[in-house]
Amino acid sequence: MIKYVIKRLLLFIPILLGISFVALIFIDMSPGDPARIIAGIEKQEWEVEKIREDLGLNDPLLIRYVKFIYGAVRGDFGTTYYTKRPVGPDMMQRFPYTLLIATASILLAVLIGIPLGIYAATHQYTWKDNTAILLSLIFVSVPAFWFALLLVQVFSVKLGWLPVSGIQSWTGWVLPTLSLALGYAAGLARQARSNMLEVIRQDFITTARAKGQSEVVIKYRHALKNACIPLILVVGGMYGSALGGALIAEVIFSVPGLGQYMLAGLTGRDYPVIQASVLFMSVIFCLVILLIDIAFAFIDPRIRSQYVRGRKRLKGDA
Amino acid sequence: MFELEDNDNILEIRDLVVQYHTDEAVIHAVNGVNLTVKKGETIGLVGETGAGKTTIARAILRILQTPPAKFCGGEIVFKGEDIMKKTEPEMRKIRGDQIAMIFQDPMTALNPIEKVGFQIAEAIGLHNNIKKTEAERRACEMLEMVGIPMERYNEYPNQFSGGMKQRVVIAMALACNPDLLLADEPTTALDVTIQAQVLEMMRALKDTLGTSMVMITHDLGVVANCCNSVAVIYAGEIVEYGTAEHIFDYAKHPYTIGLFGSLPKLDSTDRRLSPIKGLMPDPTNLPEGCRFHERCPVATDKCSAQPPSVVEVSEGHLVKCFLAEVME
Repeated sequence: MIKYVIKRLLLFIPILLGISFVALIFIDMSPGDPARIIAGIEKQEWEVEKIREDLGLNDPLLIRYVKFIYGAVRGDFGTTYYTKRPVGPDMMQRFPYTLLIATASILLAVLIGIPLGIYAATHQYTWKDNTAILLSLIFVSVPAFWFALLLVQVFSVKLGWLPVSGIQSWTGWVLPTLSLALGYAAGLARQARSNMLEVIRQDFITTARAKGQSEVVIKYRHALKNACIPLILVVGGMYGSALGGALIAEVIFSVPGLGQYMLAGLTGRDYPVIQASVLFMSVIFCLVILLIDIAFAFIDPRIRSQYVRGRKRLKGDA
Repeated sequence: MFELEDNDNILEIRDLVVQYHTDEAVIHAVNGVNLTVKKGETIGLVGETGAGKTTIARAILRILQTPPAKFCGGEIVFKGEDIMKKTEPEMRKIRGDQIAMIFQDPMTALNPIEKVGFQIAEAIGLHNNIKKTEAERRACEMLEMVGIPMERYNEYPNQFSGGMKQRVVIAMALACNPDLLLADEPTTALDVTIQAQVLEMMRALKDTLGTSMVMITHDLGVVANCCNSVAVIYAGEIVEYGTAEHIFDYAKHPYTIGLFGSLPKLDSTDRRLSPIKGLMPDPTNLPEGCRFHERCPVATDKCSAQPPSVVEVSEGHLVKCFLAEVME
């Protein structure tokens, strides 16, 4: 198992190198000139050219790539073009906001979505199931930004319970978390429902029934566990992308998180910010995926046996 | 009617009718089946795929999915009590304890994420008021009994081969010494060498425990190997019933004769088998009269007009065919 984790961690290196390179290519291809943005419209072309030279924008692509990697390895991601502050500490300062929103909304989504999906599945063909499906369909389909604005309209403007934006106290966290969580919850509910319906029709459920087991134990011991294992993957994927910056929620509710930082970097053609953000998101995503795989190995004996094979086997003809 | 209820019969099925109701059609799966299983007897249910064999077994345990399945009539009397009239909690006490079932496909019949030992102990714990450790100890004994070392109690189904999984399923079914064992094609998913082993083991266990058994199969070899009597099922009806000897040596129904014609014989010089022409009738739209007349090589006009009644051609040998009436 440890060997496997080390192997996977080593695999991160080529993945991250590749992603950084692709990011740089896209930056290079996209229109817009940061030097001109920094200089403003009034400056002469030779002045802009000097800024370009200072920022190293005139270097060939490969040189810029090597420079970035060389810096990144030492933890130096350059400084932003505008505030001249180092990017690394900037991001670390913002990450806790994103981490909190992502974690809270995923937890909320799991707590709402999975029970709702299981409930719907165990009441298939009834109005309860239909209502649950309809609700989750609505929340999956509604765009997050529209829903966020709706929440603001209801809870901040009309009822005045929660702040419109900004994080001054815990109340500021409620709406961004909620707006993110409900979409995830709806997706999870649909997935949980279909997994559960699939598992409930499996032969081993009939076996459990034939043993004389009660429906409650059949549903909540035999079926539920089997239905939830594939959900780990879905939840992990959602968490990974939420950690990369809950862009819409952060922008609408003015949460100073990573998503907002990256958006500012993109619109301002702030190349070090973009490159560092992309790299950071990739690392987070890779880590989450690795954690999912390890979690799988602990929970699912079918996968676990792949790791122990050959090491510890009892005699037998399996 | 009442003289049937002597204590020798562990199971009596009378006029059982089961249908599957879907949005499009009504599937007539079981159409008036009568069957009696005596104590300690092994009865074979033989028939093609889709004849209604599994539906009968699941109806006995009442584990059919309802809907779509619908119990439309008849009685299933187990130890003198009608199973269809029992409440669900009463039924749960019977399932796994007095009537147990072995399933067709061992690959999917076990929960993939529970230890095999637990899955056996679960059945034991449900029906015996004993401590968990005691149930585990008994589950270990069951594993040993089906020839699996008890050290493998804590392993998962994916660490077992197909034959071993089927042994686990058998151990699970026999864990509470059931009075009646329903074996639904227990060897179909296994390869031939393992089939023989599993059958031999089932027979030995059955003899030691004195269990009655309903053996569902489409393999006549399996029937010859372990059944006392045989019921041949066609389109949800029993068309011929008798001792294994009656069926194998003196088959009367054209369908039964056809089944044997589809088997290769070692002592024959025939170059081709003679299979039964055509396919099973569509269970949503069964033919009038005798269900088999469309495929029957000796059918007459009468066969398509009215259904034949059951005739006892010799003692305990029942045939549902006009031909048998004539012969008598």
